[in-house]
Amino acid sequence: MAKLILNRLSKTFDTGGRAAVNDVSLTVREGGFLALLGPSGCGKTTVLRMIAGFEQPSDGSILLGERVLADAAEMVSPEHRNMAMVFQSYALWPHMSVTENVGYPLKVRGVSGEKRARKVREALAAVRLDAYADRRPADLSGGQRQRVALARCLVTEPDVVLLDEPLANLDRHLRQEMEETFREFHARSGATMIYVTHDQSEAMALATDVAVMSEGRLLQVATPEEIYARPEGRLVGGLVGQGATLSLPSPFGDRRLFDWSAMQEILAGPAQEPPADILVRPQDVEIAAEGQAATVLSVLFEGERYALRLALPDGQALRAFSRQPVKVGDRLSIVIRAAWRL
Amino acid sequence: MTRPQKQGNSQPRWLFPFVVTVIFCLSVLPLGRLAATGIMSALRGGASELLSDPGLWRSVYDTLSTSFFGMIAAVVLGGGFALLLTLFDIRGKALLGFLFMLPTMIPPQVTALAWIGMTGPSSALLKALGLAPPLGSPQPLYSIGGIALLYGVQNAALVYLSLRAGLLALPRDAVEAARLSGASSFQVLKDVILPLSLPGLAAGAAIAFVSCIGNFGIPAILGIPAGIYTLPTLIYSKFAAFGPRTFADISVLSGLIAILSVIGLMVEARVLRGRDYRVIGLSGQVAVFRLGTWRRFAELLLWLTIFLILAMPLIALVASSLAPAYGVPLSPATVTIKAYEEILYRQAATRIAFTNSLSLSLATAFGLLVVTVLTGYFLVRSKSRFVGLISALAEIPYALPGIVLAVAFILLFAAPIPVIGISIYGTIWIILVAYFSSFFAVSLKPVVSAFRQLDPSLEEAARLSGAGFARRLVDILVPLVAPAAGASVILVFLIACNELTVSALLWSAGTQTLGVLIYNLDDSGSFNIAAALSVLVVIMVIAMMVVLELMAKRLPKGVVPWRS
Repeated sequence: MAKLILNRLSKTFDTGGRAAVNDVSLTVREGGFLALLGPSGCGKTTVLRMIAGFEQPSDGSILLGERVLADAAEMVSPEHRNMAMVFQSYALWPHMSVTENVGYPLKVRGVSGEKRARKVREALAAVRLDAYADRRPADLSGGQRQRVALARCLVTEPDVVLLDEPLANLDRHLRQEMEETFREFHARSGATMIYVTHDQSEAMALATDVAVMSEGRLLQVATPEEIYARPEGRLVGGLVGQGATLSLPSPFGDRRLFDWSAMQEILAGPAQEPPADILVRPQDVEIAAEGQAATVLSVLFEGERYALRLALPDGQALRAFSRQPVKVGDRLSIVIRAAWRL
Repeated sequence: MTRPQKQGNSQPRWLFPFVVTVIFCLSVLPLGRLAATGIMSALRGGASELLSDPGLWRSVYDTLSTSFFGMIAAVVLGGGFALLLTLFDIRGKALLGFLFMLPTMIPPQVTALAWIGMTGPSSALLKALGLAPPLGSPQPLYSIGGIALLYGVQNAALVYLSLRAGLLALPRDAVEAARLSGASSFQVLKDVILPLSLPGLAAGAAIAFVSCIGNFGIPAILGIPAGIYTLPTLIYSKFAAFGPRTFADISVLSGLIAILSVIGLMVEARVLRGRDYRVIGLSGQVAVFRLGTWRRFAELLLWLTIFLILAMPLIALVASSLAPAYGVPLSPATVTIKAYEEILYRQAATRIAFTNSLSLSLATAFGLLVVTVLTGYFLVRSKSRFVGLISALAEIPYALPGIVLAVAFILLFAAPIPVIGISIYGTIWIILVAYFSSFFAVSLKPVVSAFRQLDPSLEEAARLSGAGFARRLVDILVPLVAPAAGASVILVFLIACNELTVSALLWSAGTQTLGVLIYNLDDSGSFNIAAALSVLVVIMVIAMMVVLELMAKRLPKGVVPWRS
């Protein structure tokens, strides 16, 4: 096993139009768990399919350690990459039993007899499906099919495991259970994993690293904590967390993290500087006796609290939480405890 | 370290050349050869003598008039059935629809024999009932009208299917919107449904017309005794009276048929342009109109039609086969199974024909399957620019009348094959090659629809498991398209086994097929034996259609041709 390197990877489809993937460079460390996060159509699935070998890059290259897997001229076919993938549709073969599905990669590799049977049993035990070995995929529930697909990845000890929105077709309850299974799987196998999703909470919960993509470009790669605390640019700021982005001039030069006293200055300031994008997360907005005036635009009761949308006097919107009920149109005073310049 | 070559797509490198070679051999080469000979002989002035022959123009006229009236009959029959069965609350729709499809699947020469057995002074059935016209009165079917009527019966199902597909594709909300606007059922039918389904009807009529033009079995049995020659039977008679100008003449004649067919097919393509059959899968439920008190009457009419066009001729066929000789009245005293014994135990010719037809059909059905699974895979998975062209070329040989294809293969193989120097002309191999070409599209269609339905990730998962193309084909792809492949085998077998048009020109001593044998038996006056053989053929056809019908639930839509 080795690290997976994407080097200035681009993909333009023959059908024309702009590049689906544009100049993406990325290194996934060995044993890392990378989430590719972005809205649909951002090119994340194309990146995944290039890593798997189903698409050839139009430019750039993909390396696994020293080995070049693909560039614009040549590529190693998916059959020879020693990778495994969990597909959004699970891609279980309907004419094979669970055992046959899971054992197929071994069968192709010429592993047979007791050795194959043992490995299949282990893989099925790992996803807690031992009791279903003789069923057909059609007789399983969505979550069980997902686990069969995962066991099929587990069985050959692949260098890289690819997951293409594996939870998109499952209900919320099953998702949490499967997230747990994926984490366990990653810890147990030590495989390098790449996980495509459009769901930020999934990405945050599972991955050791998150790569945010938009319109074919890579915007930021960092740990979940880092990407949450220090997002780069408006798009990442908008994708991660539920913050609101204010456009205000900052007199603080290169400083990026602001506390309330800094924010007071920014909010008050008729400044000469050009406006900057400032991300304010709702949990950092407090309703206080004194502070910045704001008007309630909308109120949504979420059970444990109320989610508010507020308007500053200049019309910019902010999000906040409140323990007490408030009414639309109420005037409040708020204190912004922390804010981040994007 | 080794770096395998560029393999971004899932197809092995040999697949594209393979598909191109197949299409070239089965479609481009024979049709190109035909076109070349036709154009050459026209340029050399050889055609002028043929074209100045009044017999030719008489034949063109007869072809067009029989086909036109046949088309009208098919439109009335097929259109009526499609409207009644699709739009109204008729009981027993599935059975009626199935029975209505039968005449199309029964070979035309058998249809013709059955109808002859039902009418005329020598009809065993009419004699048994005491209804036969006096001896010496003419057989009414030996006429333009008779040929046209049988064309109509044979091809009504084509109109039925096309119109029905159009009706099922109608957006349901269009009907509901009209209803909400206050239109009565009759107004909805008149103002919304019929105008919208007109393209389906017109397309069906065009296909029926093309099918009539290319029909050989019916005019051969009904027309030749009356001196009526359509273009296909004219080719046959010119070929039988072989002369120095035969090749030039038949290439020009089949060129004429091809042109008439292409005009018909262009009409069809034009009226259907932009209609996507794939949307049918979801609609398929047209608002059903209630007939009320008229329902009994409509049902009676439908069953009466089925009785007249299907049951009666088949009863007559059975009666003819049980009569001791043509023209002898059938009664409990005279009934005999001698004809069946004759075919099954005595005649070597029948045994040879059975063997030939069965082995040809099996070889065609299974041989083609190997080719079409690979071609179908290519057509569905490839992003090549040539996919459209290749699938069009694959369709052409089946779309053209069989007689045109037969002539093309005669021209292609009349001389020994260059380089190897072997001649397959006059052997069974030329029929096999012609069958491959002719039924390629029949075999391909179910396989292509199965591949279309297949989730590509099933194959991608196998690739990541390390399976190469051959491995995937055996382990994943073939098992998953197996039901459609089975349907494809049965369909090709069914059609090839009953085929007459192609083999009528290509057979020679020892290579006659079932179709040829039935025709020859009738031609030589052994009507009861021909009828007995036809009964066996009909039983086989019905059995295989029932098998397909039972399989239909497990097959992709559009695979079983009479299911929509």
